[in-house]
Amino acid sequence: MSKVYLALQDNDVSRYIVEAIEEDNPEVTVIHNPAMIRIEAEGHMVVKRETVEEKLGRDWEVPELHLNLITLGGNVDEDDDQLSLSWNS
Amino acid sequence: MTIEIKTSTLEPVRNTFAHIEKRFGDKPATRYQEATYDVQAETNFHYRPYWDPDHELNDPRRTALVMADWYAFKDPRQFYYGTYVQQRAKMQESAESSYAFFDKRNLVDALNDEVKTQVIRYLVPLRHVEHTANLNNMYGTAYGYGTAITQALLFDGMDRLGVAQYLSRIGLLLDGNSGDALNEAKQLWMQDPAWQGMRALCEESLVTKDWFELFLAQDLVIDTLVGELFYQQLDRKLSAQGGQDIAMLTEFMQEWSKDTGRWVDAVVKTAAAESDANRVLMTGWIERWRGKAAEALAPLAEEMLGAEALSEALAELDKRVAKAGIQ
Amino acid sequence: MAAKKLSLKDKYSLLTRDLDWEFSYQDRKEAFPFEEFEGIKITDWSKWEDPFRLTMDAYWKYQAEKEKKLYAIFDAFAQNNGQLNVSDPRYVNAIKLFLTGISPQEYQAHQGFAHIGRQYGGVGARVACQMQSLDELRHVQTQVHAMSHYNKFFDGFQNWSHMQDRVWYLSVPTSFFHDARSAGPFEFLVAIGFSFEYVLTNLLFVPFMSGAAYNGDMATVTFGFSAQSDEARHMTLGLEVIKFLLEQHEDNVPIVQKWIDKWFWRGTRLLSLVGMMMDYMLPNKVMSWQEAWEIYFEEAGGALFKDLARYGITMPKYAELVEKEKEHVSHQTWWTFYTHGHAAGFHTWIPTDEELDWLSEKYPNTFDKYYRPRWELARKLEAEGKRFYTKALPQLCTTCQIPMLFTEMDDPTQISYRDTVYKGERYHFCSDGCCDIFNDEPEKFVQSWLPVHQIFQGNCGGPGVEQVLGEYYKMNLGADNLDIKGSPDEKRWKQWKGVA
Repeated sequence: MSKVYLALQDNDVSRYIVEAIEEDNPEVTVIHNPAMIRIEAEGHMVVKRETVEEKLGRDWEVPELHLNLITLGGNVDEDDDQLSLSWNS
Repeated sequence: MTIEIKTSTLEPVRNTFAHIEKRFGDKPATRYQEATYDVQAETNFHYRPYWDPDHELNDPRRTALVMADWYAFKDPRQFYYGTYVQQRAKMQESAESSYAFFDKRNLVDALNDEVKTQVIRYLVPLRHVEHTANLNNMYGTAYGYGTAITQALLFDGMDRLGVAQYLSRIGLLLDGNSGDALNEAKQLWMQDPAWQGMRALCEESLVTKDWFELFLAQDLVIDTLVGELFYQQLDRKLSAQGGQDIAMLTEFMQEWSKDTGRWVDAVVKTAAAESDANRVLMTGWIERWRGKAAEALAPLAEEMLGAEALSEALAELDKRVAKAGIQ
Repeated sequence: MAAKKLSLKDKYSLLTRDLDWEFSYQDRKEAFPFEEFEGIKITDWSKWEDPFRLTMDAYWKYQAEKEKKLYAIFDAFAQNNGQLNVSDPRYVNAIKLFLTGISPQEYQAHQGFAHIGRQYGGVGARVACQMQSLDELRHVQTQVHAMSHYNKFFDGFQNWSHMQDRVWYLSVPTSFFHDARSAGPFEFLVAIGFSFEYVLTNLLFVPFMSGAAYNGDMATVTFGFSAQSDEARHMTLGLEVIKFLLEQHEDNVPIVQKWIDKWFWRGTRLLSLVGMMMDYMLPNKVMSWQEAWEIYFEEAGGALFKDLARYGITMPKYAELVEKEKEHVSHQTWWTFYTHGHAAGFHTWIPTDEELDWLSEKYPNTFDKYYRPRWELARKLEAEGKRFYTKALPQLCTTCQIPMLFTEMDDPTQISYRDTVYKGERYHFCSDGCCDIFNDEPEKFVQSWLPVHQIFQGNCGGPGVEQVLGEYYKMNLGADNLDIKGSPDEKRWKQWKGVA
């Protein structure tokens, strides 16, 4: 199985998003680079709106992720409730 | 560690880039200037395009219009990307609250059937006209010359996609998100005799090759007439018939027309003032497309608004053209 | 009547996908004339999957928010003279190369996406390309604005617009994008959307921007990461288009594979400039070019190609060769710029002791054996007051336009040359990859505007190199070029910092 990943700008909102990702995907690895946080997982990862909202304590729409997103790897599926990344092999 | 810096030692070596200094003098430049002037490459193209071997990749000869300096087309709004999106974001925020209000208060239920029928018959099919305008402005973006005009064409093209999407949302507000109103409007667009002239006109514009001719056809001729008939006259008629709330949903388009009209007028004026040859060329193009558009819109305008509507709109167009120094 | 709630996907589809129609009054092929000549078969555009369902209103809203943040930082940077916070004046040369070499290509990407955003017959794909065209315009403009302040205090930025069409090493990125834009609409998207954006741009932006952060350059790191937030959309578009083409028709598979092979090779050649920036031009280093290549190509690209294997797509041709090159190219490229430093629009220098040790540590197989001795020789000459510049103009590869500086990977002391004869003329190349590309499209590549050929033919002024550099390229000789030591940039920096 290959790794999917996403990288976020290292800022306050991202810290809550990372927390939400860690909660929903216990297997992820979080790597801190200069000005950037990279999150990797084997095969699949999901960012859930509900969890991010819970962490932030406010409404949050999935496209808001793009404000802090630097890059990603994997097939993307985005809808109202989540953004998921996956490899099929 | 603190470093003391004498401000006198921090004098800039130069105020702006060399090409901006050459145009505007040795002084600090605006962001519009630095983002716009001489950004597009001009020479030493490596390969002729497979899809147009008679021209270079960037080539001023894709229109018959001739300009000594294509950067004469200054945008009076001074839009570069950042100012453009911030301006549109403001407009969309107010549109969003209108659409949300309309939806939340169920204002659709307050519309009588006559108004609803007209919205579906006349307003919603315009999304296909806007989609055509999106493509025609992209055409100018891709094959036009000089960032000053091509970036403004791109902004216009994207605006038209936005307008097409707002018109689609009007349909969805009317049909309770079933998509039925959109389907009905598409059927009218495809088959109803009243719309066929307009559809034929749109299709003809999409096969037009000269990008500046197409700019005049779309952004000057068709847009003036459509704006006048649909966003002014139809709006007044619907209001008189108890459909005044529809105006909340078309306010974006009205405000947009004003904003973009300023730019279109400036371009037309500048191009015509460049030379007699340009003016003759432009006069021919405008007459040709005025004739076609009038013919295409005649049955629709008459059915929708009565016998005088089209001539009023044409008078508006003629006034605009004259003001730009043509005829 | 209670309206049903629409999902993002359904809403996007209703708002966008049905805007187009079947023509009745004109031949639709005349409105979309370029879809067939490349041999790609599209049977059903409606099968296109929109990667992000972004409507224009949401686009304006989110992008405006990004711009607001970005320009607030630019303003603060200028007001506080943020240029004084960079690690070392050498660093600024990396962003000179960025503005002159990369920003104009953002503009070409904007133009190319406008072209296909007009030409594709499917509305979903078209709209995605239009948005990317708009984003790419954003990138060039934010880059120019970020560099605007540096331009006021450092040399080498001021003539980027004039230089983009002329300077010898800038023809490498320029011809790359000319090649893509002059190709058909599907090759363009495979070239830029997939091979470049998906497979390779992470290598440009991510480690380089981390490097900017590490070197105290707030303006660059901010535009870099802000641009990258659009890049995630672009990468996904690139991947979706590949999957779409491969799913549309099996005859598309070999065509797409050929394009992937071509553009992967062209991309790796282009990125040798980025390798040099990372290994030599960033005073505070984040990771080596080799490490970046391993993370962003071998690992991430490997995952991607494994995923695409089910369509019959394989790793790009010469990927094994590139695996060897990652230990060499940055050293060979910087050495070439160092020795041609009189003809470059930015400064060059010899790595410091610490940097040489870092390179030895990062490149244990190659640096001490092949490259350190050169730098030690250069240092000896410099100490003797004999900093040398190679006066001869280099021979360029007809395809990638890089001087013949790469070596055989089995023998890193032997420069790699290939050639071929076409219609009685002999053409020269740096590699089998570049030679293959020429042989596949000779009529295209015989047109290459090779800067050195053009100088010899007298098309760039003259008679001497000095006139070409000063008059045709409009470099400020003695200020923009030559070694950082003794440059006006260095003098000013010392003045600002109050050091002798």
